[in-house]
Amino acid sequence: MNKKTLPFFITLGLFLLMYAAGSLAYPNFFSLQVFINLFIDNAFLGIAAVGMTFVILSGGIDLSVGSVVALTTMISADLLQREWSPAVVIPAVLLLTSLFGTFQGIMIQVFRIQPFIATLAGMFFARGACYLISIDTINIDNEWYRSVSMAAIELPTGDFISINVFIFILLALIGWWLLKFTRFGRTVYAIGGSEQSAMLMGLPVTRTKILIYTLNGFCSGLAGVVFTFYMLSGYALHCKDLHLDAIAAVVMGGTLLTGGVGSVEGSIIGVLILGTIQTIINFQGTLSSWWTRIMVGVLIFAFIFMQSLLNRPTKQTQ
Amino acid sequence: MQDESAALLSMQNISKYFPGVRALSKINFSLFPGEIHALMGQYGAGKSTLIKIMTGVYQPDEGDMYFQGQKFHVESPEHAQNMGIATVYQEVNLCPNLTVAENLLLGREPRSFMGIRWKTLLSESQRIIKEKLELDLDPTRPLGSYSIAIQQMVAIARALCVRSTVLILDEPTSSIDETEVERLFSILRKLKQEGLAILFITHFINQVYEISDKITVLRNGEYVGTARTKDLPKINLISMMVGKNPEEIVDTEVHKNVKINEGSQQEILCTSGLGRNGYLKPLDLSLYKGEVLGLAGLLGSGRTETAKLLFAAERAMEGSVYWYGKQVYPQSPSDTISLGMGFCPEDRKTEGLLGDLSVRENIILALQAKRGILNYLQRKNQEEIANRLIAELGIITPGTEQPVKNLSGGNQQKVLLARWLATNPEVLILDEPTRGIDVGAKGEILQRILSLRDTGFAIVFISSELEEVVAISDRVAVFRDKKKVAEIQGDEIAEHTIMQLIAQGE
Amino acid sequence: MRLKLTRFKESNLFWPLCILLVLLVINGFLTRGFFSIQWKDGRLTGILVDILNRSTYIGIIAIGLTLVIATGGIDISVGSVVAISGAIAAFLIGGELVMRGSEQILVTRTPMGIAIFIALVASTLIGMWNGFLVARFRIQPIVATLVLMVAGRGIAQLITNGQIITIYYAPYYFIGNGSILGIPFSLYVLATVLILVTLITRKTALGLFIESIGVNRTASNYSGIKEQRIVFWTYAFCSFCAGISGLLVCSNVKSADGNNAGDMFELDAIFAVIIGGTSLNGGKFRLGGAVLGAIIIQTLTTMIYSIGVPPQVNLVIKSIVVFAVSMIQSEYFQSLFRMERPVSLRRNYYL
Repeated sequence: MNKKTLPFFITLGLFLLMYAAGSLAYPNFFSLQVFINLFIDNAFLGIAAVGMTFVILSGGIDLSVGSVVALTTMISADLLQREWSPAVVIPAVLLLTSLFGTFQGIMIQVFRIQPFIATLAGMFFARGACYLISIDTINIDNEWYRSVSMAAIELPTGDFISINVFIFILLALIGWWLLKFTRFGRTVYAIGGSEQSAMLMGLPVTRTKILIYTLNGFCSGLAGVVFTFYMLSGYALHCKDLHLDAIAAVVMGGTLLTGGVGSVEGSIIGVLILGTIQTIINFQGTLSSWWTRIMVGVLIFAFIFMQSLLNRPTKQTQ
Repeated sequence: MQDESAALLSMQNISKYFPGVRALSKINFSLFPGEIHALMGQYGAGKSTLIKIMTGVYQPDEGDMYFQGQKFHVESPEHAQNMGIATVYQEVNLCPNLTVAENLLLGREPRSFMGIRWKTLLSESQRIIKEKLELDLDPTRPLGSYSIAIQQMVAIARALCVRSTVLILDEPTSSIDETEVERLFSILRKLKQEGLAILFITHFINQVYEISDKITVLRNGEYVGTARTKDLPKINLISMMVGKNPEEIVDTEVHKNVKINEGSQQEILCTSGLGRNGYLKPLDLSLYKGEVLGLAGLLGSGRTETAKLLFAAERAMEGSVYWYGKQVYPQSPSDTISLGMGFCPEDRKTEGLLGDLSVRENIILALQAKRGILNYLQRKNQEEIANRLIAELGIITPGTEQPVKNLSGGNQQKVLLARWLATNPEVLILDEPTRGIDVGAKGEILQRILSLRDTGFAIVFISSELEEVVAISDRVAVFRDKKKVAEIQGDEIAEHTIMQLIAQGE
Repeated sequence: MRLKLTRFKESNLFWPLCILLVLLVINGFLTRGFFSIQWKDGRLTGILVDILNRSTYIGIIAIGLTLVIATGGIDISVGSVVAISGAIAAFLIGGELVMRGSEQILVTRTPMGIAIFIALVASTLIGMWNGFLVARFRIQPIVATLVLMVAGRGIAQLITNGQIITIYYAPYYFIGNGSILGIPFSLYVLATVLILVTLITRKTALGLFIESIGVNRTASNYSGIKEQRIVFWTYAFCSFCAGISGLLVCSNVKSADGNNAGDMFELDAIFAVIIGGTSLNGGKFRLGGAVLGAIIIQTLTTMIYSIGVPPQVNLVIKSIVVFAVSMIQSEYFQSLFRMERPVSLRRNYYL
């Protein structure tokens, strides 16, 4: 363990601490099902966080993820209502969201629009597009979707797990592999460290950056598909603040908002921490939901404060 | 003259324009294998631009390039690398957040179908470090944890990793010291023998004569000429760069009236045990009115650290400071400025100038800060002050409203100096004021420092050019490893004495 | 005359004004009576008046935010501050029916002046917290203000206990609904803030210092500018502005909604600042431009509403405008437009 991996272990430690606290406070907390539920309930957030990790690692940001998830649910619900087959709907939305990501990537890289502004506009656009399809909720009656949503796979221990979890874990593994074992992934880190250097070192910076946003678009779309399984409805206000939660998870996972440092596994733990907070509040029963917001805010603060202490730049001498 | 067709890399009639500026005009240049070729010229001559065209960073507006006899076009740095042109840039262009090993092999990581093979990467990088650098580096450490000098060596090693036929180095020795320069040169000689064509830009004339076979000079974006190093006397080289005949070259020797501290001078600034853990060892230093105190030493020896502690740009952890004999407790630059100090930092661009602001705003900034927020200088007053100093220092600018980033290096330095003169300081701390300034302008600045001294200023002068320190200092403090090791004055001041003190000290 | 035209063209208010004019003309065509202003019940009414009135909510925030952005920072917590400010005021005022003598009158729980004062103080304290993190601990502004953006809504809801608090106190309605000499009170507030800030930044050295800090923080520090102090106070002031806006909003709708008040205000405010000519990177700033930007946003919203399109489409239009404006302002596009060789994708690295 060194200075680089310390943040990850702190994140992990915090998660374990919180989980332990919950277990001590509530009798039924310490069960495998509760743990699995963390994954089931937050699969969509986890997938979004994986994509967001890539974006933030490269020094960028994407505010549009929540809106894209909502748009995905909306388009899926609408198309399913028109009797389209899921086999067409799912690839279609994934393609669409990926292209949307590509568009944002081009805005950011070719037109040099700041990621904050470009994805802000993207967020408006996607949310607005939802409303163009329908102002109200559209429920999903499709047989296949319902069966996927209800599917409770029984584990040897008697606990249940949903399909969403598998999708989440699979994507997380792919994301982890991409970052650690491909040149694409290392280029992401390089860009986050110094985009100019990466360019001068001969790395394909333009291509990579556009790919990053495309990948994030895909992840948002996949998160949307998973969310659709989870909620069985299309609604413009779904995941209204998802981007904040995703950013919070990534920051808590040890990724610097300036880029260049961080990991997928850290972001996953960040997601689990968010889920644990929510679970504890649910168990508590009386605390109102806004306490989650306050807790998350406090945690974000604790993490960035710690990051700022750990990453104090060493004084460059002459 | 060598047969042109044997040239490895050849540029003909290359021109490059930027808005409002003609950076290069009809340049002809050839590079041959097995030679070390120095590219020289004043700041703004176009050297960096030429390099960037060779390496695909810029595209030429006119002209052709030939590589191994074939006409070619470099699309991007990636393309240049694939063609066998390796480059090391002036600023360390690596990624400080990644490990040394990764930086060495970024973009070329050893892979299998499962992805990057980290074990191989590590062993490969260890081999490179041993072979090419002969340094003791831990490849698993983040690059940023090493000094700039080491980082630059890693950059050079990276450039040497790929099988290249051309190696381009843009000011590779700016941030490294003597021993490292020697190491670099022995590597370059070895590569030359292997048939590599090496091109390097530098302004260190001595180094050029030590290592290069040929010298090409550019001036104002135009090609002046090429000569074999051994056939070109220094004076002719300078005359090519400056554009004057050898006889006309202004003698850069400045005349100083050597003042010896006879106690007739007033002590204005004094420190006792001033230091900061890990930054500067406790320092005792005195500064007198009407003198130039030179700080000499190698890179990283503590000169800039001393300057910053004196100016309170960095906070000292121990020791005390006295102003005219009375103890003071400066916490920040605004405190030392109110006392009467001024500081021109080493890195003009990142620490000194406000590029997007106008010449006028840059000049009056410190004065305004001294007066406070409420006591605003009216626009007319600002222009008056700015114009007065522009005239006094001979700053060349179309007007006071020009953004300072558009000025040449020498004029930018003058603007910085003007900023402090506007505050009527008593002490001026100048860190590398002649860096990045053309030969002719250097002398002017040195002369100006001396005239300031004669009007009663106390000046702390830092320069890596030992001859400058010797030329204008009344006293010299020698530093080594973040500690002052000696002080000399008057007749004792000479280059070899200082170098000895640096080497042995104490 | 020609010289004057060129100077005006180059002044940074030119483009925002052009955009606004274009929008107004389009609106004029689309809506009958768009430009009509009437005098009714002792006040001016009309679509234009409405636009100006509503644009003050973002406009006031944009003024404070401009200064923050000019120092090279950003504040995304302003939306939450709007919610908190309104929540505090509503909570403290409330309003109940009480018997005084033989009459039933509405009374406020706390003297209105004090309630307003506390709301503004709280808002400023939040800004000071942000400023402390950014200036003293050098935490990245977007990260530092993210904390309160997330937690702030929770705090607002804590104050309102998850409910929407309705205010039953007439004098308070004046802030968001009243008018003096026919002109909405909110415009007076906006004008006062704009004038005061413009005077303070341009007639003292504060404007220069803020721009200097945005351009180069270290160099400003070395020039003797008390950079930490100034940055700290810009964040405090920005939240103070958000607090004022929060009071206006809550007074206008006569209630405080901890969850929805100020929703997306930070995004609109940032957009207003950018469209007004201040760069996200910091440096030279345009206060008047920011206010113009806020008016443009409101005009856009009104335009969409008035042509009978569902208000949610507003979002799509807004996004297209953001993309279009950003693209036009980008170097790549400018070089295409001037029919020069398209600026190389790599150019921006080597400035």
